[in-house]
Amino acid sequence: MVRVVVFDYAVGNLRSIKNGLERSGAEVLITSEIAEIKKADAIVFPGVGAFPEAAKWLSSTADPIKSFIASGGALLGICLGMQLLLTMSTEGGLYKGLDYFKGLVVRLPSNVKIPHIGWNTIKIRDYGCPLLEDISDGSLLYFVHSYYAKMSDVEVGSIDAETLYGVVFPSVISKGSVFATQFHPERSGEIGLKILKNFIQYIRR
Amino acid sequence: MLTKRIIPCLDVKQGRVVKGIGFKELKDAGDPVELALKYYEQGADELVFLDITASYEGRGILVSLVERIADVLYIPFTVGGGIRSIDDIRRILRAGADKVSINTAAVQNPSLIKEASEIFGSQCIVVSIDVKRVYTDEEQSTDKTVVKMENGYCWWDVYIYGGKQSINMDALKWAERAVKLGAGELLVSSLDFDGTKQGYDLILLKELSRRVSVPIIASSGAGDLDHILKALTIGGADAALAASIFHYGQYTVGEVKQYLAKHGVPVRL
Repeated sequence: MVRVVVFDYAVGNLRSIKNGLERSGAEVLITSEIAEIKKADAIVFPGVGAFPEAAKWLSSTADPIKSFIASGGALLGICLGMQLLLTMSTEGGLYKGLDYFKGLVVRLPSNVKIPHIGWNTIKIRDYGCPLLEDISDGSLLYFVHSYYAKMSDVEVGSIDAETLYGVVFPSVISKGSVFATQFHPERSGEIGLKILKNFIQYIRR
Repeated sequence: MLTKRIIPCLDVKQGRVVKGIGFKELKDAGDPVELALKYYEQGADELVFLDITASYEGRGILVSLVERIADVLYIPFTVGGGIRSIDDIRRILRAGADKVSINTAAVQNPSLIKEASEIFGSQCIVVSIDVKRVYTDEEQSTDKTVVKMENGYCWWDVYIYGGKQSINMDALKWAERAVKLGAGELLVSSLDFDGTKQGYDLILLKELSRRVSVPIIASSGAGDLDHILKALTIGGADAALAASIFHYGQYTVGEVKQYLAKHGVPVRL
C-alpha cells in the first residue's frame, strides 16, 4: 500500500483529495505533524486556503520537506499547493515558498474575471510527464484561483502543460519526483481521478 | 478555453430535496445523495446544496448530509443556508464542501465576507443574493439604481431569510460591495422568476455582469433550454443554476450542454 500524507496547513476542504487518493489505491493520512513525513511514500500539498497562512506553516517545515524530496520522496502540489513550491508569492504581501521551482506567484491579469473559476482546457507540452499518462491534449480540468505560478526562464523544462486565461500560465509542472497542478484533480471528475491514479502509479514504480 | 458551467441545485429541507415557486409551495423532489450522484454522472460541472430553511429557523446546516454528498462527488460542491460565522464556514469546508454560499449573514454582517475571504480565500466565498423587482414611476432615485424597462422603471430589492423578508436595499449596489469585500462569486436568484419556468431575469443579469468583475451564477426561472442559453449569452452569466428542470427529469445535464454547444457556447461535454 502506498502511504500518502496530505498536509493540513490551512483551512479548507481536504475530504475530496483524501477520497480521490483513496480511490486511486493509496492509504491517506491528513495531518499537520511534520514528523509523519518519515512514514510516507509521498506527500501532498492540498489546494485550499490563502498563501500567507500556508507560508507560515511552511516556514517551520521546509527543511524536512526538502530532505524528503532529496531522498527521492514524491510530492504532489495542488493549486495553492503548487504555488507553495515556487520561490515567492505576492499574495497578501511577499511570502517565501519552498523555492523548489524558480519563479514568482502573481495575480492573474485584470482583463479577465478573477477568480478564474471553472473548467478550462490544458495544452500539453510534455506527453512524457507521468502525471499526464493517457490524458489527452485539450482535456478540461477544474480551476479555481486568483494567482498563478510565473516560472523563471530556467524552468522552461519543468512545464508539462499550460492553460490560457488572460495569460498563458503553467497548469502542470514537474521536476524529479515533484509534481504540481494548478487545477484541482480531486474536483475534475473522472479525468482528474485518472491524474491522481497516475501519481499513485508513479510512486509504485 | 474556459467553459460555461451548468449547476444543478439541491434545495434541501429536513433532509429532502424540495422545489417551490417563488420560494414557496414546496414539493418533494427526492433524496439529496441520490440526486447528487445522478447529476455528477450526467456531467454536472458543479453542484449547489442549499439548506433553505436553516437561516430562517436559526439553526446550522446538516453537516452529516454535506459529508455524504461530498463523498460521492468529484466535482466542486457549494453549500449554503444558515452560515453565520467563520466557525460555520470552517465546519462546512471540513465536511467536504469546496465553497460556501452566504446570504442573510452577509447582509447583516458584511465584514463576515471580508474576514472569510482573507482566511479561506475569495475563491470559496460565494455571496448569494435573493432579489425582487420593485417597479417605480421614478426615472431616478437618490439611493437606488433604477433601470429602464419595457414599461416603466424598476430597481431590485434584496431579500433575506430565504426570500421571506424585504430589506429595501439596492441589490446592484450590494453586489458591487460584496465583491469589494472579497466575494469570489455571486449567486443571484430572483423571487419574481423562481420556479416560474419563464426564463431568468436577463435584465438583472446584464446589469450585474457589467458592474462586477467576478463570475456570476444565474439562478431562478429556467424552464427550457433557450432560457439557459440566454442567461449565458444575453445575460452574460458564467454559470447557470437550475433545479426543477433537472429534478423532474425534463432535461438531463447532458441535454442542456448539447444544446448550448450547438449554439456556440463552450461547455464541457
